Amino acid sequence: MSQSKPDIRAYLASHMREYGLLLALIAIMAFFQIMTDGVLLKSVNITNLFLQNSYIIIMALGMLVVIVAGHIDLSVGSVMGFVGALAAVMIVQWDLPMWVAVPICLVVGGMIGAAQGYWVAFWNIPPFIVTLAGMLVFRGMSLWLLEGQSVGPFPREFQALSTGFIPDFFPLSVGENIAERLGVRRFNTGALSLGVIAAAIIVWLGLRGRARDKAYGIEGEPIAFFIARNVIVASALIFVCYKLATFRGLPNVLISMTVLTVIYAFITEKTTIGRRMYAVGGNEKAANLSGIKTKRLTFLAFINMGVLAALAGLIFAARLNSATPKAGFAVELDVIAAVFIGGASMSGGVGKVMGAVVGAFIMGVMNNGMSLMGIGIDYQQIIKGLVLLAAVIFDVYNKNKQG
Amino acid sequence: MTMLLEMRAITKTFPGVKALDNVGLRVETGEIHALVGENGAGKSTLMKVLSGVYPAGSYDGEILFEGQVAQFRNIADSEKMGIAIIHQELALVPLLSVAENLFLGNEVAERGVMNWPRMHQMARELLQKVGLDESPDVPVGTLGVGKQQLVEIAKALAKDVKLLILDEPTAALQENDSQKLLGLLKELQGQGITSILISHKLNEINQVADRITVIRDGASVSTLDCRAEEISEEHIIRDMVGRDMAHRYPDRERNIGETLFEVKNWNVWHPEHRDRQVISDVNFNVRSGEIVGIAGLMGSGRTELAMSIFGQSYGRNISGQVTLRGVEIDVSKVDRAIEAGLAYCTEDRKELGLILEESILRNTTLANLAGVSKGGVISDGEEQKVAEKYRQAMNIRTPSVQQKVVNLSGGNQQKVVLSKWLYADPQVLFLDEPTRGIDVGAKFEIYSIMNQLAADGRGVVMISSEMPELLGMCDRIYVMNEGALVTVLDADEASQERIMSFIVTE
Repeated sequence: MSQSKPDIRAYLASHMREYGLLLALIAIMAFFQIMTDGVLLKSVNITNLFLQNSYIIIMALGMLVVIVAGHIDLSVGSVMGFVGALAAVMIVQWDLPMWVAVPICLVVGGMIGAAQGYWVAFWNIPPFIVTLAGMLVFRGMSLWLLEGQSVGPFPREFQALSTGFIPDFFPLSVGENIAERLGVRRFNTGALSLGVIAAAIIVWLGLRGRARDKAYGIEGEPIAFFIARNVIVASALIFVCYKLATFRGLPNVLISMTVLTVIYAFITEKTTIGRRMYAVGGNEKAANLSGIKTKRLTFLAFINMGVLAALAGLIFAARLNSATPKAGFAVELDVIAAVFIGGASMSGGVGKVMGAVVGAFIMGVMNNGMSLMGIGIDYQQIIKGLVLLAAVIFDVYNKNKQG
Repeated sequence: MTMLLEMRAITKTFPGVKALDNVGLRVETGEIHALVGENGAGKSTLMKVLSGVYPAGSYDGEILFEGQVAQFRNIADSEKMGIAIIHQELALVPLLSVAENLFLGNEVAERGVMNWPRMHQMARELLQKVGLDESPDVPVGTLGVGKQQLVEIAKALAKDVKLLILDEPTAALQENDSQKLLGLLKELQGQGITSILISHKLNEINQVADRITVIRDGASVSTLDCRAEEISEEHIIRDMVGRDMAHRYPDRERNIGETLFEVKNWNVWHPEHRDRQVISDVNFNVRSGEIVGIAGLMGSGRTELAMSIFGQSYGRNISGQVTLRGVEIDVSKVDRAIEAGLAYCTEDRKELGLILEESILRNTTLANLAGVSKGGVISDGEEQKVAEKYRQAMNIRTPSVQQKVVNLSGGNQQKVVLSKWLYADPQVLFLDEPTRGIDVGAKFEIYSIMNQLAADGRGVVMISSEMPELLGMCDRIYVMNEGALVTVLDADEASQERIMSFIVTE
């Protein structure tokens, strides 16, 4: 087949959303980079961006699965607060060791998800109602657990969940040497090398996938797009790691977040359980008549969401170094917004993990950038709301144009 | 003869496709004009041009209505001129009453306040006109499809319609409801209403149409006048498909073996009304290489029987025995039924059979993901190979298996459903109305696929409302009536009349 112009145009039209999202993130970052006189991309601010947004991104992974399955979970903010409170009570007040408390917290998160998912999956109660109830119940329960007070501080090793950094695994002299040449105070060689390795892996996987597609005759991305996308992603990755290297290195949460993102991207795109999840959201009846256990999958999606909300609660509490009754308040809205900005469909069956992550970054960069500019919380809310609306309108417009 | 409608040289292009190419349609005042053509031939597009769904300017050509050049910007424009379309998917609000539906968007009101007594009275008159004996107060959703169809027509009459367009009005109707509807068309003709009838059922067209326009591949092929002389179905089909179709059903060498599949003492109760038995004491069997038909009216329990066997997808308190090659199999869950070797193609492709927003590829492998995966990880390449294989084997007309199924025609969608089930490699397939809403060419292909399945030694159970199709395809035909199988007829002793007699007398 000839690679004529209309082919590329058709390809672009059907993948508008994905490229648009990436370009939007770049544009937003460029905008704030200029408006904040370069503060946005300073090493310390990039580190902060990850620390501030990691828990949103982790929950967005679970929320994507729930939304793809055709449901919604409004309780995640409260669950996250509740689990943080539980961790504080166990670790700070009862002196339980971390290796006992953390698994308990994750299991509790899973049980909360199961308790909600049970009604949705097996009783067909609308998830909006069930999780709205959960949102109130768990907000109340964290208030009760904490007796309205903040509880802290946590021991150092618990804080490291969030604010710890990966130590440089190269000899110190290497880092000092580079730091001197670059004229910076310190340099984490390990951080940069991890970034370079990750970039190489992404490019290698991309090339391998292309080769395999070609062997099977699957029409893939036009080569120009493939190159452009990979150059942008790889150089962004190396740039970020370089910046982090000149500060304190890679934050622990960045690693856990990245690993989780890769795992969820793999599960949703490459495994049978992921495929079935999309089928459930796309047409539950047809999925059911194709032998898919739709109820069980819905149940699983909520359990998964509960565990991730619990993990987010731990990370959030670790960063603040205390559990507060207000923790996680209204966070569910940011999480859900991130997933929809990332291209998921309200009716289920559509959405990608990478989209949700980029969506979360768009929200995160806007929060961070507007705060740096000193824009009041009032305007921030208005602007975020309008961005969410614009993203969804863009989706619908695109879909109508194609149809 | 005066022309009510003239569409001249209509050409409509979509990006990359010429959907209509220089199409002409002339409809005389007071006639019933049939519009036929294969799915995707351009009938719906033409009607959308006529009704203003595609506004003037988005197509080339000219529309003359009552001798005047008409340029409709939207549906409201065409309705104002007296053109009403009744679509295949009925546009009624199920929870509103008949009267409320009749005047929806056309309410009789003074300064925004509804005049209900007046509307009630008018509703009664309209219902009488279409011969529907129902109170205007009942919710439309409680009526059967046939009656809803009549409500739609009454709704059009409420708007003072001159040209009534019916898109596949009898596709979802039973024989007697269809007859009633066709009779009504004749009656309306007597009152001076012109209609355009789009249908795949050629016998119905022959029955009521004055003239027939055949459209093929976006061009008008011929206009046949049935008043002068009888036009044979073969003639119409020849014009539709552009080739001679000596046989409407493909030949098959019958090679029938031992009993493959057997259902014994099958009883099913209604899922909500617990005291209502839907299927009572049903026994039937299918031999390998055999195509068995189930005839019966809609609501006689045919679909319910198939679905209750297929993983208990319908009903409660299900009892009975299912055996395959003499061994009892577990069919209590859909995945177990599939595992055991059953497959069920639903009558409702869009609602129950396909994930419309997903690709052909993903729909094809859905019921047998294990076949393209290892340890729960899907191999993209394997999946592509499988989907491509079925696309070619089934002759699904699309450039790529990445195409979303929502964009396919009915016939191609049905082929995707069949691909899905064939890939699950079943021993026995239940096909529920496999050719509903599908054009002649695609029907022939579906029949050929069925024959191939039988030739492979599988058992096929075909549920259909179209008796000629059952007679043309099946080796034996079970007749179902009110949840029970009342008789079984061998193909050579069966006829439409005999089947009908069992349905009516019981």
